[in-house]
Amino acid sequence: MITEILTVAAEEGAAEHNPIIPLWQEVVLGLIAFSILCFVLMKFVFPMMEKTFAARVDAIEGGIKRAEAAQAEANQLLEQYKAQLAEARTEAARIRDEARADSEGIRQDILAKAREESDRIIGAGQEQLAAQRESIVRELRAEVGTLAVDLASKIVGEALADEARSRGTVERFINELGPAGSAGGRR
Amino acid sequence: MIGQSLVLASEVPFPPSVEDFYLPSIVPWGAHDSYWFTKITALMWVSVAAIIIFFLVTYRKPQLVPTKKQWLAESIYGFVRNNIAVDMLGKRGVNFAPYLTTLFVFILLMNFWAIVPFAQISPNSHIAFPAILAVISYVMFIYIGMKHHGGLKYFKHALIPPAPWFILPLLIPIEFFSTFLVRPFSLAVRLFANMFAGHMLLLVFTLGGFAMLNANLWFAPFSLVSWVMTIALTFLEFLVICLQAYVFTVLTASYVQGALADEH
Repeated sequence: MITEILTVAAEEGAAEHNPIIPLWQEVVLGLIAFSILCFVLMKFVFPMMEKTFAARVDAIEGGIKRAEAAQAEANQLLEQYKAQLAEARTEAARIRDEARADSEGIRQDILAKAREESDRIIGAGQEQLAAQRESIVRELRAEVGTLAVDLASKIVGEALADEARSRGTVERFINELGPAGSAGGRR
Repeated sequence: MIGQSLVLASEVPFPPSVEDFYLPSIVPWGAHDSYWFTKITALMWVSVAAIIIFFLVTYRKPQLVPTKKQWLAESIYGFVRNNIAVDMLGKRGVNFAPYLTTLFVFILLMNFWAIVPFAQISPNSHIAFPAILAVISYVMFIYIGMKHHGGLKYFKHALIPPAPWFILPLLIPIEFFSTFLVRPFSLAVRLFANMFAGHMLLLVFTLGGFAMLNANLWFAPFSLVSWVMTIALTFLEFLVICLQAYVFTVLTASYVQGALADEH
């Protein structure tokens, strides 16, 4: 049967074919075609794809990196602000404390000065009083002398007649004067 | 029976034969011994042109955010690059991805003609094309191996496994046979035979339907079954088409992997 078919084929004018023997014309054409295909695809298409892949990876990773950098910067700024805020708080507290201490000092100063002033004023008043009293006592002494002399002259002029009575009067006067003069001197 | 089949052959050639794979040439029209411009070579040129045009058009202006077409082209490349090249060869696989992708796309489209209406035959059912690709893979993995290990050291590395010395006389011929003799043939024949058999199956069921119808009108239901089988087998063919393109690419990558391997 096979031979029959082969004869039919042979009658049709074709040579007998063996399917596992390649036709050299097809080998030549196939080589040319596949070379062209390889050349075009491997030179113009796939390297471009690799480049695109790389660019894509770069874009994504770059984006992530940029985001991370921004995040880090933001965190750093936050820390910085927090530190600054804390610093400002302690500074404010320090200033407040200082002000409090200052005001206390000033108050103490003022009080001390006022006390001093008052002491000074009191002292001055006392001195003045003492001086006045001294002068008054001195005047009184002088006056007492004059009065005594006046009185004595009066007494002497009048009581010559009545010596005994006048003697008693002078003694009484001196006695009265004595306590008063000693009292003033003690003061 | 012989007489009957010959009578049928005058109307519908049945059973299909090897000669059905060697169609008359297109230029010059109808010649039987000219192979420069046949349906096979025409389909091959169309495949090459289609692939080139597809990739050049879709990747003329690559965008960082891909368009739909660009995405399609990228996923084809990305599939071979990530799932075959990088998977099997590691980081070095990226260098081989362009060739492996070209290989994969070329085989896939060449195979695909087997089920395209009006084409209905794959150029890969002629052994010339699988043979070319197999020889390229063969030369490539040997060249890479020699480059990686340094000249003839590669053969020493590939042929002498770490085994006791008394087994070596047995192992070395086996290694030589499996690595340097069988590989190109198995690669080429696997692809060729799959496409050849696929075409043959479709022919058998399509022509068989006609043959039964011609033999006896009462066979019409069987003819119908036969044609339904043809449709089912077309789907099976589609599976084989994709699988064989994948297998060829994976095996090439695996040979390169073996050539680059530092241990056995």
